[in-house]
Amino acid sequence: MPFTDPMADGPAIQKANIRSLEAGTTTADIFAHATAFRARHPQVPLVLMGYANPMTIRGADWFADQCVKAGVDGVICVDIPPEEDAELGPALRSAGVDLIRLATPTSDAARLPAILDGSSGFLYYVSVAGITGLQQAAQSSIEEAVARLKAATDIPVAVGFGVRTPEQAAAIAKVADGVVVGSAIVELVAQHGANAAGPVREYVASLKAAINSAWLNFEVRLKI
Amino acid sequence: MNTPDPSLNSFRNQPDERGHFGQFGGRYVAETLMPLVLDLEREYKAAKIDPAFKAQFDDLLEHYVGRPSPLYYAERLTEECRKNAPSGKGAQIWFKRDELNHTGAHKINNCIGQILLAIRMGKTRIIAETGAGQHGVATATVCARFGLPCVIYMGAKDVERQQPNVFRMKLLGAEVVPVTSGANTLKDAMNEALRDWVANVHDTFYIIGTTAGPHPYPELVRDFQSVIGKEARAQMLSRINRLPDLLVAAIGGGSNAIGLFHPFLDDEAVQMLGIEAAGHGLDKEHAASLAGGRPGILHGNKTYLLQDEDGQIAEAHSISAGLDYPGIGPEHSWLKEIGRVRYDSVTDTEALDAFQLLCRTEGIIPALEPSHAIAAVARGEDGSGSDHPGQSVWAWRQGYFHCR
Ligand SMILES: Cc1ncc(COP(=O)(O)O)c(C=O)c1O
Repeated sequence: MPFTDPMADGPAIQKANIRSLEAGTTTADIFAHATAFRARHPQVPLVLMGYANPMTIRGADWFADQCVKAGVDGVICVDIPPEEDAELGPALRSAGVDLIRLATPTSDAARLPAILDGSSGFLYYVSVAGITGLQQAAQSSIEEAVARLKAATDIPVAVGFGVRTPEQAAAIAKVADGVVVGSAIVELVAQHGANAAGPVREYVASLKAAINSAWLNFEVRLKI
Repeated sequence: MNTPDPSLNSFRNQPDERGHFGQFGGRYVAETLMPLVLDLEREYKAAKIDPAFKAQFDDLLEHYVGRPSPLYYAERLTEECRKNAPSGKGAQIWFKRDELNHTGAHKINNCIGQILLAIRMGKTRIIAETGAGQHGVATATVCARFGLPCVIYMGAKDVERQQPNVFRMKLLGAEVVPVTSGANTLKDAMNEALRDWVANVHDTFYIIGTTAGPHPYPELVRDFQSVIGKEARAQMLSRINRLPDLLVAAIGGGSNAIGLFHPFLDDEAVQMLGIEAAGHGLDKEHAASLAGGRPGILHGNKTYLLQDEDGQIAEAHSISAGLDYPGIGPEHSWLKEIGRVRYDSVTDTEALDAFQLLCRTEGIIPALEPSHAIAAVARGEDGSGSDHPGQSVWAWRQGYFHCR
C-alpha cells in the first residue's frame, strides 16, 4: 500500500511509493486489486503491507472489514509496534485477519514476548537494522536469530531485508520458513514498467527453484 | 502568586505513562527503533530526577546560552497597535526574547538538554532534521561544544532558501545532507533522519527539533523548552506584579509555543493563542494542521495532519521554512481538543507585513516564524478589544532567513 512518507524504506521502494501515488492509486484501487487477485487465485496467501496512517484513517474496523471482503489474509504494518496495538490489532484479530509483526536485530529476549503476543500468520524477521533494499545481513547472524525466534514461537518465521539473489534465498530457506524479497522485485517493475510481468515471473521462478533445491537437499540430509 | 499546586486537577500532567496526550501522541515507530525509544524514556526519567543533570543543564543555559533571556516591553509596537483600539484600551505587548540566545533562537534550549541525554546514553554520533536551519545550527553548535560528529538532514528547498544557516552549520563542523524526496522540506528531512536512525541505532542519537516524534520526544522537548515560560512567568510577576492575559506564539511543530504555554496552563486567567502558518490562505496551500487537517499518524505520533481522505500526507506550504510542516506536536492537538488553548492562523502576506512593522517600530529584525505571531497581535487578537489593558507575551525568536 503506497504512502507518501515511507520512513522505513530505502530508495527503490520510496520511488515505487511515489510512482504509485503519482499515478493516482487510491486505497479503493488496492482493495479492488486484492479482490480481483483473490478471484483468480483462491489459494494463494495475500498480505497487505504498508504504514499506519492509510490503514487507520477511516477507522481500524473499516480497514479490517475491507480486508475480509477482498480476501486479504494478513496485514504487515510497519509503524504500529506492540505498544500501539490497540490502533489496529483488535480490529484485525476479531475479523480473522492475521497481524504479522516484525522482529528485528534490536528485538532482544525481553521484548520478544510482547512482539509474539497477538502476532499470527507468520513472524517477519527483518534481518538488518536499517531501511529496505540496501545492506544484507550475514548468514550466520540470520541463522542465530531464526533459531532464537523459532525457540520462542510455533508460527512460521520468514526472513527479509536486502535479499536479492537465489543463493541468498536458498541459504535463508535452509533455516527459515519463508523468504521475503521486496526491493529487487520493485526494481524490476521500475525497469520494465507495464512489461514487468515476464521479468518478474522469471526472477521469482529463479528464487523459487533455489529455495526448492535447498529444501530438497535439506530433506535428503535429514533422511540420511 | 504562587506556582499552582500540581496535585490538583492539572493540565500539566500529560502525557500518560504510554506517552499519550488524550488520544494523541504515542509511539508509532518501526520495531527496530522501539527498544531505543524505550531506552530513551528510561534514561529521561532517570535524568529528570538527577540533580546533577539539572545542574549541568541550568549551568549551560546560563553561561553558554545566555539565559535568562530578557522580557521586553515593546512600547512603540504597543502604541502602534493601540491606534486601532478604542481609546484607553489596547494591550501592552511584551516580548520574551529568545532570539538573544546563543545561536539566535529558542532551539538551543532543547539541544542542550538532548545532547546531555545522548552523552548519558553513551551515544557517539548525532543526527537532526532542520527546516529553517535554526535547529540545525543549534544542534551543530552543541555537537561542536561536546565534540560529537553531527549530520543534519535538510530539505533541498530549505537548503536554497536558508543559505546563511547552511553556511553556519558547516562552519560548526556539521555535515549537511540536502534531502530530495517529497516536497524537499522539513517533513522529508525528518523522514530521512528517521531512516538514518533506523540504520544506526547502536551509536546514534536523534536530536528532534520540535515537539514531534515518538514518545518521549514531545514530552522532553516540551520540558527543555519550558524554561521559556517559567522565566516569562517569573519575570512578568516581578516586573508588573501580575500574569499576562494572553500568550501568543507561532507554531511549526510547536516547541516554542508549548515551552511558553506549559508553565501557565494551570493559571486559569491566562489565555493562550497558537498561530499556525496559513501560507497562501487556508483555502489554498498552507501549513495549518489544526485548522485544515485531521487526526492521523506520522513521524511516530498521532496528531492533526494535513492529509487527503486516504491518509496520504499533504505537502505544507509556508513562506517560513520553520513552519512548513504538515503536522503539529501532539500536545497542541490535545490542548485544542480540550479547548485550553485557542489556535488561529496567519498568511504569508500578513506575516511579511508584521515583519516590516516590527523592524520599524522596535528596531528588531525578526525571523519569519515569530512574524506570524506578531501579525496575530497586530490584527487585534491581543485582547485590545477587552475592557482592561491586557498584557501579551510571546516567545520571540529570531533566525537568519533569506532576504529576497
Ligand atoms: C525562530 C523559529 N521560530 C519557530 C520555529 C518553529 O518551530 P517550533 O514550532 O517548534 O517552535 C522555528 C523552526 O525552525 C524557528 O526557527
